[in-house]
Amino acid sequence: MESIAQLLRLIPKYDKLPGMAQAIIPVLVSCIVIFALLALAVLFLVWMERKVSAHIQDRLGPMYVGGWHGWAQTIADALKLLLKEDIVPAATDKLLFKMAPFIVFLGAFAAFVVVPFGASSFVTDLNIGVLYIVAVGSLSVIGIIMAGWASNNKYSLYGGMRAAAQIISYEIPSAIAIMTVIIPVGSLSMVDIVNAQKGGIQHWFLFRNPFIFLAFIVYFVASLAEVNRTPFDIPEAESELVAGYHTEYSGMRFAFFFLAEYANMFLVASVATTLFLGGWTQVLPSSIAHQFIPGPILFFLKALLLIFIQMWLRWSLPRLRVDQLMYLSWKVLLPISLVLVLGVGWLAVYW
Amino acid sequence: MEVDFSGDVMTLNMGPQHPSTHGVLRLELKTDGEIVAEAIPHIGYLHRCFEKHVENVDYPGVIPYTDRMDYCAAMNMELGYVLTVEKLMGIQVNNRVRCIRIIMAELDRIASHLIAAGTYGNDIGSFTPFLWCFRDRETILDLFEETCGARLLYNYNWIGGLMFDFKPGFEKKVIEFIDYFEPQVDNLNRILSDNFIFVKRTATVGIMSPEVAINYGVTGPNLRGSGVKFDVRKDEPYLGYQDIDFEVAVGKGEHGPIGSCWDRYMVRIREVKESCKIIRQTVAQLTPGDVRESIPKRVKPPAGEVYMRTECPRGELGYYIVSDGGLKPYRLKVKSPCFTVMSAFQEVSRGSMIADVVAILGSFDIVLGEIDR
Amino acid sequence: MLTYFKNLGLGVVTVLNSMRVAWRHLFTPSVTLQYPTVKWKMPERSRMRLFNKIEDCIGCSACARACPTKCITVQSEKRGKDEPEIYASDGTVIKLRTVVYDIDMTLCCYCALCTFPCPTKCLVMTGEYEYAVYDKKDHNYHFAKDKPMTVKAPKEQSTEKA
Repeated sequence: MESIAQLLRLIPKYDKLPGMAQAIIPVLVSCIVIFALLALAVLFLVWMERKVSAHIQDRLGPMYVGGWHGWAQTIADALKLLLKEDIVPAATDKLLFKMAPFIVFLGAFAAFVVVPFGASSFVTDLNIGVLYIVAVGSLSVIGIIMAGWASNNKYSLYGGMRAAAQIISYEIPSAIAIMTVIIPVGSLSMVDIVNAQKGGIQHWFLFRNPFIFLAFIVYFVASLAEVNRTPFDIPEAESELVAGYHTEYSGMRFAFFFLAEYANMFLVASVATTLFLGGWTQVLPSSIAHQFIPGPILFFLKALLLIFIQMWLRWSLPRLRVDQLMYLSWKVLLPISLVLVLGVGWLAVYW
Repeated sequence: MEVDFSGDVMTLNMGPQHPSTHGVLRLELKTDGEIVAEAIPHIGYLHRCFEKHVENVDYPGVIPYTDRMDYCAAMNMELGYVLTVEKLMGIQVNNRVRCIRIIMAELDRIASHLIAAGTYGNDIGSFTPFLWCFRDRETILDLFEETCGARLLYNYNWIGGLMFDFKPGFEKKVIEFIDYFEPQVDNLNRILSDNFIFVKRTATVGIMSPEVAINYGVTGPNLRGSGVKFDVRKDEPYLGYQDIDFEVAVGKGEHGPIGSCWDRYMVRIREVKESCKIIRQTVAQLTPGDVRESIPKRVKPPAGEVYMRTECPRGELGYYIVSDGGLKPYRLKVKSPCFTVMSAFQEVSRGSMIADVVAILGSFDIVLGEIDR
Repeated sequence: MLTYFKNLGLGVVTVLNSMRVAWRHLFTPSVTLQYPTVKWKMPERSRMRLFNKIEDCIGCSACARACPTKCITVQSEKRGKDEPEIYASDGTVIKLRTVVYDIDMTLCCYCALCTFPCPTKCLVMTGEYEYAVYDKKDHNYHFAKDKPMTVKAPKEQSTEKA
C-alpha cells in the first residue's frame, strides 16, 4: 500500500486534501486493485476448472468463445448472468436475501489484504495477520446461513445448516495446523512467516520437519471443507438438494456466490502457499541462483499448483455424507493436528 | 411443500423434477432432521397407457411400443415380447437368430448397467465415471446403429426373426469392443467401486435382507445383491442359455452387511464381466443362415394365453398375452421388475438419512418408463 | 483402535488410487466431436427422415397399414381405362393415382415398419437428421403430386387415425 500512496502523491493537488481523505484514499484504491486482481484470477480459475474437468472426463471443454480453447467463456457467462432477470421470490426475507451473497464474498475478499504477493506487494502488514485471516474467513458462514434462511425453501435451509456445521467444524483443525507453522516463526505476521522461508526450497516449512508436512496435509483437507469443494460439497450437493443454499438465486446474485467460491479457493491456496510453500520466495536454493522470477508471479504459480490439486480432487472423489464429514473433522483431523502441534513444540524446545 | 407442525416431522418433497430421481418420480419424505421416517414413492407421472394402446395395434407393431418401456435396455424388452408371441405361436427360430438375439441382449445389458453405474456415481458425487461409462456405451450404440439404424429404440427383434442381419465384419468389431472394454471395468472399479468414500457411503445403507426381498417379489440384481442366487437365465433357461457357461453374480457383503447398496451395485459390475464372457461364447457359436426365414406373413396367433419371463437388466420381465385369434392382442400385461422393487423402497429406506435415500434409489436402478408404462 | 488406523490407511490409499486414474485420464485424447464444424457420416441403415419417391409409388398403402402410430395417410383412386399406362422405375405398372400421400413426422416413431412392405421400395428412411422447423405443420410432408380426376369421392384406403 505504500507504493500506492506514493503513486497517489504524484497526482497534483493531492497534498491539499484533508488528512482523513489522505489516509482513506490509498486504502480504497488498494481495495479496488485487490478486487480487480481477484476478478481476473477468478475468471482464469473458472476457465481452468472447466478445462481440467473436461480433460479428466475425456472431453474438450470450452472451445469456441474467444477463439483459442474458449478462453473468454467465463466473460461470456458473466455477461449472460448480468443480463438475466433478477428474481427475488415473494415470500423471502428481502433484506437478508439481498445481503447474503455480498457477505459471503466479503469473507473471502477481506482476507486478501494481509496476503503478501511479493516482497513489498501487500496491502498491509498486520502483526496479527494469521489470526485476522482465520477470523475473517469465518464471516462467510453468516452469509451462508442468511442465504439458506432467507430463501424460504426447505432445500436451501438444509444446505445452509449443513454448510454452517461443516465450516465451523473444519476451522478448528485448520487453525491448529496453522499453529504448527507459527511455532518455529514466533510471529503471527504473514510477512515474517514468508521471510523465515527465504533462500530456496530447503527452507520452506513444508520440508523442514515431518510434523509440518503432515500439518500441510491436514490444512489442505480442512481448507477444502472450508470452501465447500468436493469431497465436502454437501451444501451444494447438486444431486440431493438441487443446489443447496443458492437454489433460489439467479443472475448476478448467483454470480456473486460463484465468485465467492472461487475467491475462497484462491484465498485458501494463497494462505497455504504463504505458510507452507514459501510465498513469493524462490524455489532454487540461493546458493545456486538468485530469484529471477518476480515474486508475485512465483506466488501465483505456487497457488495455481495447489488449486490444480484441489480441482483434481474434486473430479476424482465422491461426496462424503454429513455425519461422515463430522466424523472426519472431529475424530480424525482434530486429534492428528493436536498431536502435530505437540510434536512441533517438542522439536522446537529440544532441537 | 407443506410444513407439518405436529411434532418434529417435516414433509419434504423430492418432486417429479429432481436431478437424481431417475425419471419423473415423486418421493414424499417425512423427515426428522436428517433422518427419514417415511419415504413414500408416488408414481404415474410417465404413464402412457401402453397396455391399452397395444390392443389397437397389430402384433408386429407392438414392438416399437415395448422399446419405449425401458428405454435404456430396449433390446431386452423386445426380446421378452417376441419370445412370448413365438411361444404362443409355436415358432422355432434357427441358430443364427438365436445367437444374434443373445449377443444383442447381452450388449444391451452392458449398456444398461453402464448407465446404472454412471448415474449412481453421479448421485454419490463422483462426476467423472459417469462420462467414462457413457463413452464406452457410445461404442455399443454405434454397433447397434450400424446393424439396425437406431441408437436407443431399435425395433430389431421381430416375431420369428430379426429386422436385419449383421453386416459382414460385425463379429470382429464386437470382439474388439469386448477386448477393449474389460480393462475399462477395472478402471471403473479403481475410481469408484473400491474408493473408500464410496464404500462408506453405500456399504452400510439400504440393507435389504433376503427375506424382505423375496417377500416383496424383487428380482434381478437387486435380489442377487441380497445373496439369493436366482437368475431366470439359469433357472428357467430360454434361447439356449443352458449351454452357455457363465456365473451368476451374487452379493457377498465384503464391505458391510449383505444386501447393502454396494452389493447391488457390485452385482451389476460383475454381471457386466459375465456378459462379456457370454458374448464371446455366443460369437463362437454363430452359424450362417437367413434371419428372416421364420417370420410369418401375417402374425395371427391361435386363441389362448401365454406367460413368458426373461431376465432383463433390471430383473425378471414377464409378458402375459391373451389372444382371441385376431391380428391384434386382446390383452397384454407386462410384469415390470422396477415396479416391484419400488414397492420395497419404502421399507428399505426407513430410518436412513436424506443422502442415503438418494443412494438407495440409485442402487435400485429404476427406469420410470418401465414402472409407469 | 486398530480398525481406526486401518480405515485411515485404507482411505488414503484408495483416494490416491482414484486420483492416479484421474491423472492418467488427463492425458488421454478427448472423444468429443465438435459438432457443427465436424459431422459424422451416418451409417447406411440409419433410420431418420422418411422420404417417398412419389413417381415410383403405386398407391397400395401397405405402408399406412403397417405403421403402428398411423402417421401415413394415403388416398388413391383408380386410373381410368383410357389413360396411358405408367410404370414405376422397376417396371411395376401403376394402376392407382395417389392424390393424398401425407406423412406426419411428429407422429412417426422411426421404427421403419413402413419401408418393408413397400413393393417398389419407394419409401425409404434416409440418414438426414437436421430438419428442425419453426412450425409444427411443416413436419407434415405432402408427397402426392396428382390431383383427383374422377367425379366420385376418392376410394378411402387409409386407416383412420385413432
